[in-house]
Amino acid sequence: MRTPLYRLPPLFLRIAMMAVLASALWLPGVTRAALPASVIEKLALGETEDKIAAVGEVVAAADPEGLNFLLLLLDGKVQTVANKQAIIVRDGKAVDAVTGKDIAPPPEGAEDIILNNRLRREIEAAIAALKLVSADRTARLAAAKALEGGADEGMLPILAKALEKESDPEIKALLLIIQASVQLKSSDAAVRLSAVKALAGSSSSSTKTVLLAILEKKGDEWAEPDAAVRAEAQISLEAVERRLVTGQRIGQVFSGASLGSILLLAALGLAITYGLMGVINMAHGELIMIGAYTTYMVQNLFRAHAPGAFNWYLLAAVPMAFIVSALVGMVLERVVIRFLYGRPLETLLATWGISLMLIQGVRTLFGAQNVQVENPVWMSGGVELLSNVVLPYSRIVIIGFSGVVLLLVWLALTRTRLGLFVRGVTQNRAIASCMGVHTARVDTWCFGLGSGIAGLAGCALSQIGNVGPDLGQSYIVDSFMVVVLGGVGQLAGTVYAALGLGVVNKFLEGWAGAVIAKIIVLVFIIIFIQKRPQGLFALKGRFADA
Amino acid sequence: MKRRHFLKSFTVGAAVASALSLGALQPAYGQSTIKVGVLHSLSGTMAISETVLKDVTLMAIDEINAKGGVLGKKLEAVVVDPASNWPLFAEKARQLLSQDKVAVTFGCWTSVSRKSVLPVFEELNGLLFYPVQYEGEELSKNVFYTGAAPNQQAIPAVEYLMSKEGGAAKRWVLLGTDYVYPRTTNKILRAFLKSKGVADKDIDEKYTPFGHSDYQTIVADVKKFAAGGKTAVVSTINGDSNVPFYKELGNQGLKATDVPVVAFSVGEEELRGVDTKPLVGHLAAWNYFMSIKSPANDEFTKKWAAYAKAKKLPGADKPLTNDPMEAAYIGIYMWKQAVEKAKTTDVDKVIAAMAGQTFKAPSGITSKMDEKNHHLHKAVFIGEVKADGQFNVVWKTKGPVKAQPWSPFIAGNDKKKDEPDGKTVIAK
Repeated sequence: MRTPLYRLPPLFLRIAMMAVLASALWLPGVTRAALPASVIEKLALGETEDKIAAVGEVVAAADPEGLNFLLLLLDGKVQTVANKQAIIVRDGKAVDAVTGKDIAPPPEGAEDIILNNRLRREIEAAIAALKLVSADRTARLAAAKALEGGADEGMLPILAKALEKESDPEIKALLLIIQASVQLKSSDAAVRLSAVKALAGSSSSSTKTVLLAILEKKGDEWAEPDAAVRAEAQISLEAVERRLVTGQRIGQVFSGASLGSILLLAALGLAITYGLMGVINMAHGELIMIGAYTTYMVQNLFRAHAPGAFNWYLLAAVPMAFIVSALVGMVLERVVIRFLYGRPLETLLATWGISLMLIQGVRTLFGAQNVQVENPVWMSGGVELLSNVVLPYSRIVIIGFSGVVLLLVWLALTRTRLGLFVRGVTQNRAIASCMGVHTARVDTWCFGLGSGIAGLAGCALSQIGNVGPDLGQSYIVDSFMVVVLGGVGQLAGTVYAALGLGVVNKFLEGWAGAVIAKIIVLVFIIIFIQKRPQGLFALKGRFADA
Repeated sequence: MKRRHFLKSFTVGAAVASALSLGALQPAYGQSTIKVGVLHSLSGTMAISETVLKDVTLMAIDEINAKGGVLGKKLEAVVVDPASNWPLFAEKARQLLSQDKVAVTFGCWTSVSRKSVLPVFEELNGLLFYPVQYEGEELSKNVFYTGAAPNQQAIPAVEYLMSKEGGAAKRWVLLGTDYVYPRTTNKILRAFLKSKGVADKDIDEKYTPFGHSDYQTIVADVKKFAAGGKTAVVSTINGDSNVPFYKELGNQGLKATDVPVVAFSVGEEELRGVDTKPLVGHLAAWNYFMSIKSPANDEFTKKWAAYAKAKKLPGADKPLTNDPMEAAYIGIYMWKQAVEKAKTTDVDKVIAAMAGQTFKAPSGITSKMDEKNHHLHKAVFIGEVKADGQFNVVWKTKGPVKAQPWSPFIAGNDKKKDEPDGKTVIAK
């Protein structure tokens, strides 16, 4: 006797909560029956075709229980036992999907329901359709966006109901377009004509797909028999395409800017060590790699000791990457490079040797395989600018980051005492020394600054690419390319060269493919350097040839 | 004086020793162990895929040794690292064959590495077990191909995507790394698609260099192409480029329900470290998935988990198995069976004994080495990525499929023999 009494209240509570939830989501005062057993059985146990038919029934019934069940199904919470019984498993507890009764203990050998893409598409569309009448505006907007291009005839009643209630102009416009795309299949040419006209207002690529299908010719038969509808479809298609092209251009410029910002980060450190100090540092790429590995270490420390703050590990990784790379760079300068000033060939060979040693060292320490640097949650995903342009957060963050680094470097060189000394020493070492500047120390600090910036680049690169011992090798050529193209000796040229190369590369890639684009860029740089060896921006004045 | 004398005697001793070992008719009999070469990249862009193949081969060798070895001798692994560097593959292969005198070599992933070592194995009459799916168009008596030929992977995958169940794709993006495997596979696929009535304008072939890491343009182009009708992407991207590629797919919100991506070189191991939640539903075609339920697979995955833990391999906290690992595992066991049948490690005799060998594969079928064409009969599975990085099998063949190394979709192949030339015929 005790057991059922003990169990009743939570079950009752759960039902009450569901009712409250349902009434919050749906029209108040409308009571609805639970999902019929036949539908649940078809959804859980049927073949694909049965399942799709059952999804259609759920949409037709516009049932809140149905929405819940579909969400559970999509989430993998619905399982089957021995191909007979459908159960819902949540937090280790199982409930019979038809009767709602607890099953304790959860049955053994329950199997997941395997959804393929076709089923998932149907279920997602059904969920979106059912959410069109949600009370929450953002939920409705998301549902309407999800439904673009995915609606079918069975959804017309629910669309009509949603349109009737909808007051938000943005959602209403979307709903009209969705309705029009379904009405294209109508047998009435007048309905189709007005639908095609309505589609002209869309800016989604799925509308383009629909319109192209109308204009298709199968053998001698047009997919759309009515010439007037076809003509109107052509006009609508052009309108949609115009909007899509704008999106594509924005996307290309953005990806160019993104590549440019990465090139800039990689080259900025080199612009100081090579550009200002004249050290041909072949180990620059490895300093980037060290920054990336530092990020990896910091990530591991956070994971082990502060999992709660894991999403913010980058905030600690950025200064650490700078410090570690800067220290490595300063040690290199003190131990090797300072003995080789003014001897470019020896510097080149020595730093190349150092780069090999660093690679092998990292390989020994961390293994030859790539290590995983996880993106914090706030850096995955993207913001949808237009229907066909999604700007990934990670790339937006890196563009912003490179801007900040650039600003700090500029401030350091122009507004600080160290910056003054650096400029003084690079312009005329002898005079600077006569004025009491400790030139050797300035060299060390300056090299440390350049190396530290390489470390920052590594930190950023770890978020979008692979982190392995060879990471630096793929950026060293690009970095030199940017610095040489921009003109050795100052920062502005590096910035223009990096962004210019990024955008040009991306436009070429879209036109000729990644392999050819890389070749064209290299050929262009070779020709450019032959015609203008001093780079885009040459220093003028007495110190230019020093 | 003394030192010179010592050196002299040492040199003489060494010369005598090497002369003795050279003089032995069959090197394997002259030693107490049988040397086995392991030729996989442990660094560079392919290390992401190949390192585990080295480990699984070593695991199989440990297992065989624990049960008494082969022909009463322990196996001794000679592991070399060709570092994702194709010419280095040939050098290392030569070293294995002529210096270490290995009886057999297990190795290579990319077809370009296999093409690079092939002349070495043919010249020195070595024996190579190649465990990865590939483009076909090759048949050497010195190689056993334990991965899939195009008709055991690529063609069924494309057929599935064309079917109603797979989304009825009408347009195709063939995306690959720029080398021989993707180029040849795409040539076969293009011919196949044309035979199914797909027009050239509905096929878009794209290539990126090895180690490419910026897939923004590619993903944007795929989106643009997909607006022209129901599109599927066939990816033959190899190596660590897959990580940025899948990250970009997820970040740009290209969903599998809109544009499914089916990959031929991406398995459980390559997706480690990628956030797979936005990738749910993208596909891979293989002859084995870790999620396959079979007693043989339970045993295989358990053994691997225990081995990875015992050897403290990277990623042992989340041990993963995949198709090429299974193929490598089958390969070494079949070689053992063939050696035991031939009662020698002599290459020609082992090749003859390989024909018709069977092995209970972890994929749940009994895999058979074809009597003639050096390829395994394999079942084909198509899986969709789950949120946890594993695969749900959504389609499979009824039973094992015989390999067609010479694809019928390439002109002139119908005249080619389904058997390598130059095989020594040994009377039974």
